[in-house]
Amino acid sequence: MKSLGQLLSPNQTENLGFFILRLICIVTALPIIAMVLYILVRGMPAISWTFLTAMPSNGMRAGGIFPAIVGTFYLTLGTAIFSVPLGVAAAVYLAEYAPDNRWTQLIRIAIINLSGIPSVVYGLFGLGLFVLFLHFGTSILSASLTLSIMTLPVIISTTEEALRSVPFSFRLVSISLGTTRWQTIWRIILPEALPGILTGVILGLERAAGETAPILFTGASFYLPRLPNSPLDATMALPYHLFVISTQVPGMPILIQYGTVLVLLVFVVMMNLAATVIRSRARARRQW
Amino acid sequence: MNDQNARREFVITWIIKLSGYSSILFVCLIFFFLLREGLPALVDTSLASLFGTRWYPIENYFGILPLVLGSLVVTLGALLISVPLGLITAIYISEVASRWEKEILKPLIELLAGLPSVVLGFLGILVLVPFLRRFLDLPTGLTALAGSILLGLIAIPTIVSISEDALNSVPHSYREASLALGATRWQTIWRSTLPAARSGVLTAIMLGVGRAIGETMAVMMVTGNAPVMPQGLQALFRPVRTMTATIASEMGEVANGSPHYHVLFFIGIVLFVFSLVVNITASSISNQRRKRSERLLS
Amino acid sequence: MIKIRIEHLNLRYDDGTESLKDVCMSIEANAITVLFGPAGGGKSSLLRTLDRLNDLVEAQITGQVWINDVNILDPKINVVELRRKIGIVFSRPVPLPLSIYGNVSYGLEMAGEHRKGILDLSVKNALRQADLWDEVHDRLNDPANSLSGGQQQRLCLARVLALEPEVIMLDEPTSALDPIATQKIESMLQELKQQYTILLAPHNVQQSARLADYAAFFLVGELVEYGKGVDIFMHPKDKRTEDYIMGRFG
Repeated sequence: MKSLGQLLSPNQTENLGFFILRLICIVTALPIIAMVLYILVRGMPAISWTFLTAMPSNGMRAGGIFPAIVGTFYLTLGTAIFSVPLGVAAAVYLAEYAPDNRWTQLIRIAIINLSGIPSVVYGLFGLGLFVLFLHFGTSILSASLTLSIMTLPVIISTTEEALRSVPFSFRLVSISLGTTRWQTIWRIILPEALPGILTGVILGLERAAGETAPILFTGASFYLPRLPNSPLDATMALPYHLFVISTQVPGMPILIQYGTVLVLLVFVVMMNLAATVIRSRARARRQW
Repeated sequence: MNDQNARREFVITWIIKLSGYSSILFVCLIFFFLLREGLPALVDTSLASLFGTRWYPIENYFGILPLVLGSLVVTLGALLISVPLGLITAIYISEVASRWEKEILKPLIELLAGLPSVVLGFLGILVLVPFLRRFLDLPTGLTALAGSILLGLIAIPTIVSISEDALNSVPHSYREASLALGATRWQTIWRSTLPAARSGVLTAIMLGVGRAIGETMAVMMVTGNAPVMPQGLQALFRPVRTMTATIASEMGEVANGSPHYHVLFFIGIVLFVFSLVVNITASSISNQRRKRSERLLS
Repeated sequence: MIKIRIEHLNLRYDDGTESLKDVCMSIEANAITVLFGPAGGGKSSLLRTLDRLNDLVEAQITGQVWINDVNILDPKINVVELRRKIGIVFSRPVPLPLSIYGNVSYGLEMAGEHRKGILDLSVKNALRQADLWDEVHDRLNDPANSLSGGQQQRLCLARVLALEPEVIMLDEPTSALDPIATQKIESMLQELKQQYTILLAPHNVQQSARLADYAAFFLVGELVEYGKGVDIFMHPKDKRTEDYIMGRFG
């Protein structure tokens, strides 16, 4: 019994094969498009100025989701404050200072591991260290610190890549003109690597903004009467809000759920777009 | 002026060095705190009973096997979806797609990568679960299968991007040599390029496994959260509970320091160790490949 | 007058390529000393060693290099200061991703000079000396890579001149340039030698012969012959030198 491959000529096999590959790609791509459109269509009716800026009422079943939006904003900001300086500095170390030895290997293994730890385990860690041991309690502070450590690997690896892509000749020339290593990094290397760094930071923060598990026991709360006043307050947050209203609140109007998920989606998509735009504009303007 | 500058340079260099080593510090911290809160579980209940088959905390049954197997079942199902779809998409993008096709596919995959898992879980509850119930005539759509489908989607971007990297790093000379010998592009892909990218693809799959097992929200929302031992193939169509979902859903209700609390942290240790093993294996595979190709190309 | 004294300089890169073997030579001030020879001879390595640029790579260096009664290979000296006193221009022009003005003032700014008046003056002088002022004085804020290849190389020279060094080293400075740009640089060097000590590794024998006040022939890391330019090129003492100059190998 001849196989199909032998019945057709190589060219015919190739055309058929490519056709099947294309089909499978469509099968992969379709759900993504479908999901986005579905959320867009179902969620648009819920969006109004009130929805975005008013406080919730009637046990979250009416009114707006303003505190959740603000909460996510605070958490993202908090994450950025801790993870960006530390992550960029760590990447500078790896790209510009670190010798090629065992210790550096160890650092890289540590980063790979940090990036693979499940988000809920980060939640446990945040609970154990920040909430309980350091007595920060369930707060924006605890949640941001937890999210920052989770975001570190992304920032470190994209920053390191951006730094390494700056040509070595810049460093050589700068040093030959009588500058110190840090002066070269600060004046030439970092500015040139900035678009790549920004892209990585945005993508890292995008992920942090959408995560629920790390903030479950470290900072997120559902029924909060007021906006948070200080970093030691707990806060509402979009992803957590979505989770609770879609699984744990009886009688939650479906429209509010769709509206919430649309807001979260838009937030994520906008960050994606920002990162993409920065990346392609930098590539076009590259002076080398 | 020179002294001031020299001191500043010294301080900055030290800050950078410390930042570099901070990752090691954090991994150790995480492990330490997991152990601190999780090891007492071995005191509260013996190791044997921890690996028992009944998870019923109210009556002090802390057997985590149903949870472990639940995670494995859902992950396996996810791999069956994400590996073929992800690998084929990667091959298409890297070897076949035209420029405009790439400009549609790649952003879509990136979009999928950025979707929060709670959003996928939400869509899962609203659309996928009822669909499964009606289509497969099940008592409930909250099943391991639903979890696998969502997890499969979530894992696809990981598999696509790492496989694509692996395929792109196969030297062009391989492809050119194959074509010069008269092979079609199709034959070149399957007989030459893909085998050369073998270890990169393996890395991609391992990291996909890590991603899938570590996923929390989406599975929590659609798998039904029934901590029962999965039995045979039927388990795919029944509710199940993963390790991650267990921690997420029960942590809010336990008393600090109680045996239940400690066991949840213990599950965290299991997850941590598992991801450690997966990630170290994956990176040693890709290290081996890099060394081998360095030797070949030198 | 001797400006640089090199004593028993040995250089070995960690990847095994031996680069300089027991080099001993003295470099005259206010003259153009040419280091010539086939590729791999060690000329670039010598230049980089003098600027302590080999600190950036894995290499073993022994020996001494005396400039102004200081051994510049001593790990205790202020390397940053040294590099301001010894400038180097590379074979491919590398404009920093700054403006023209920014490139030339870079060294001074990094050294701590922030007074606009002083910077303006230094930039103008340096660009004049590099014969670039007339061409760029009205667009100093344009990005440096908007210049042509020859202009960029003169910019790299201006960058070095702004620091008022004592020694200027050029490693195949015209290999990427057309004959006209090359000629401009060569005549500039003849002028500059009155003020500076110039070390040049040219990219062909003809350029060496044109410019050399003194010449040193390097072969596989060894200094084969050294002397006045006229002597070396007209009456080379070593057969290897003669063969290379005659073009019998290269």
